[in-house]
Amino acid sequence: MSDAAFFIDYSRCIGCEACVNACGECDTHRGTSMIHLETIERRDSVQTAPQICMHCEDPICAQVCPADAIKKTPDGVVQSSLKPRCIGCSNCVLSCPFGVPKYMSGIDQMMKCDMCYDRGSVGKQPMCATVCPSGALTYTSMEEIQRTRQGIPVNSWKFGAEEVKTKVYVMVPREVTKVDIGLVQIQTTPSVLQMDPYDVALMLEGME
Amino acid sequence: MFKPTTGFDQLAESVKKYTSEYSSKIAGVPAEMIVKAAELWGPAPTSFLMHARGIEHHTEGVDNCMAAINLVVATGRIGREGCGYAMITGQGNGQGGREQGQKCDQLPGSRDISNPEHRKYIAGVWGVEEKSIPQKGLSAIPLVEAIHAGKIKGLISICFNPVVSLPDANFVREALERLEFFTCIDFFLSETARYADVVLAGSLMEEDEGTTTNVEGRVIRHRKAVTPPAEAREDWKIICEIAGRLGYAEKFSYPSPKEMFEELRIASKGGVSDYYGMTWERLDESNGLFWPCPEVGHPGTPRLYENGKFGHPDGRAHFIPVEWRPSDEMPDEEYPVILTTGRVVSQFLSGTQTRRIGALVDQTSQPFCEIHPRLADKYGIADGDFVKVESRRGNVVVHAKVVKTIRPDTVFVPYHWPLDRSANNCTNRAIDPVSNIPEFKICAVRLSKVEQPTDAIAKLEVQAGGVR
Repeated sequence: MSDAAFFIDYSRCIGCEACVNACGECDTHRGTSMIHLETIERRDSVQTAPQICMHCEDPICAQVCPADAIKKTPDGVVQSSLKPRCIGCSNCVLSCPFGVPKYMSGIDQMMKCDMCYDRGSVGKQPMCATVCPSGALTYTSMEEIQRTRQGIPVNSWKFGAEEVKTKVYVMVPREVTKVDIGLVQIQTTPSVLQMDPYDVALMLEGME
Repeated sequence: MFKPTTGFDQLAESVKKYTSEYSSKIAGVPAEMIVKAAELWGPAPTSFLMHARGIEHHTEGVDNCMAAINLVVATGRIGREGCGYAMITGQGNGQGGREQGQKCDQLPGSRDISNPEHRKYIAGVWGVEEKSIPQKGLSAIPLVEAIHAGKIKGLISICFNPVVSLPDANFVREALERLEFFTCIDFFLSETARYADVVLAGSLMEEDEGTTTNVEGRVIRHRKAVTPPAEAREDWKIICEIAGRLGYAEKFSYPSPKEMFEELRIASKGGVSDYYGMTWERLDESNGLFWPCPEVGHPGTPRLYENGKFGHPDGRAHFIPVEWRPSDEMPDEEYPVILTTGRVVSQFLSGTQTRRIGALVDQTSQPFCEIHPRLADKYGIADGDFVKVESRRGNVVVHAKVVKTIRPDTVFVPYHWPLDRSANNCTNRAIDPVSNIPEFKICAVRLSKVEQPTDAIAKLEVQAGGVR
């Protein structure tokens, strides 16, 4: 599947952590998962969100690395830090807009998701996409994802003034062309927020 | 109107009084929400209605399913691409078991144990006299009640942990103590196996081979990955040996699951769930085959009711009007809150397997009580406090998870844990009159804030119900 891409559909995540556990079983980083399963404040929402490395076209983690330890392959995969170069400064950890790189104090090195580069180089899918039971993580062709999903895939992001383009796509509602943090994701105004539209008690008291 | 049906006029008449306002009072959700759901459902070109135990675990569970099916059929969203209806089973092979005679009122091929023709056919397949096949047995709740009443004195169970999984756990424990002889086949020593006189070490699915049938009616081969440890044996070998010692070795002389499947093919032939055309080899080569598959050359039936032909003798779908009725135990002054029970994603059924897997225990090591902030405030309960959830039958002490994602009149406790941490200490034994499914989803409870328990059970390992 050389024309395949990685798609994250947060709305499908059921929080089962199959991806986290499968990632942790990998031979190249045995026992340590490179996936974060983000949980929104449980008090407010049941939403969970798997976060793999988004593999930016111009990776900020690599830009800020003083030791030039983070490399991107010609096919666009941003690798974990190179052991001989990484100085454990954690600049990358602080700068990544997706919160992906982790500083491992035990080995004094940054590690992150490399989209299973070992598996991909022998034609296998990233492990997490093979175990996800609900299609929240999917490795497939653009045509197939457009045929089978209601939302559309986007890979353009805006964090404040910072524009980012990623190799990995996320599924969003059809009218969205770019994930603009602060507007689209929260999708609400401060006055609506105060009303807490996700509170079941308020929901049951009646809608507008 | 979808054409190949009968009874639409009666159905239309029966739903007249269920206006959105009236239904709103029954369901406890705003009328506008019901209208909004109808507006989403109505104009959709295709739809697939799926549910799991949520609408089934009620004394009116069958009626709830009928209402859903009425809606699917009335809109003609069945028997064509992108459309259909399914109840997702709770167990991995829940579908396969129930269609091949695992239930006490069935014979293989979804046949009826009380139907003389069905009995005759199966007696022929098995080479036994028709009268040697028993009549309808008791389903789980009536079975436990019969044990409790002293009418049943002996029991053999396979992978069954009713101490955790059946409602009214105190009653279940009393019943098990009254058994004169109890044999338990299981792969781990479950809480129920502790009541057994003899425990036979069985096997996990991964230690055996066979087929499993999923909710689509797709039959899938599963293969053996590891050998059962030490002297544990495949469950079927244990059954065959017991049969042999009872003097029926020649009827249970299967060399392997393949030969059992060969018999099942013939036993299911001509039934609703007909596996006859599925050979072991075909299942091996394919990504599963769908019943009915009546001939070896038959491609299988991925979608039922195409061409508008349904299972009734007249070939039509029959609308079955249903009327709402209240649950067996509704909240009152003494027990003012509804308890609903269910599952968490990291635990499976009674937890006999999943409470032993580290990563899953880490993910959800303890049961909890989801409670809305408004209800929590009423009892002075804060997130993480221990709460006693108490019904007329028993109680469970768990920590509170204060969340806005639940109704303020209802609390939720997942059921996978044993002993003092079992939600089923509280639940009600009342059953649906047709399916005999118990009402796990509604019972009346009262709540109180308590100190963290420090008794002997609380000191157990978390997998066994401790609270450290």
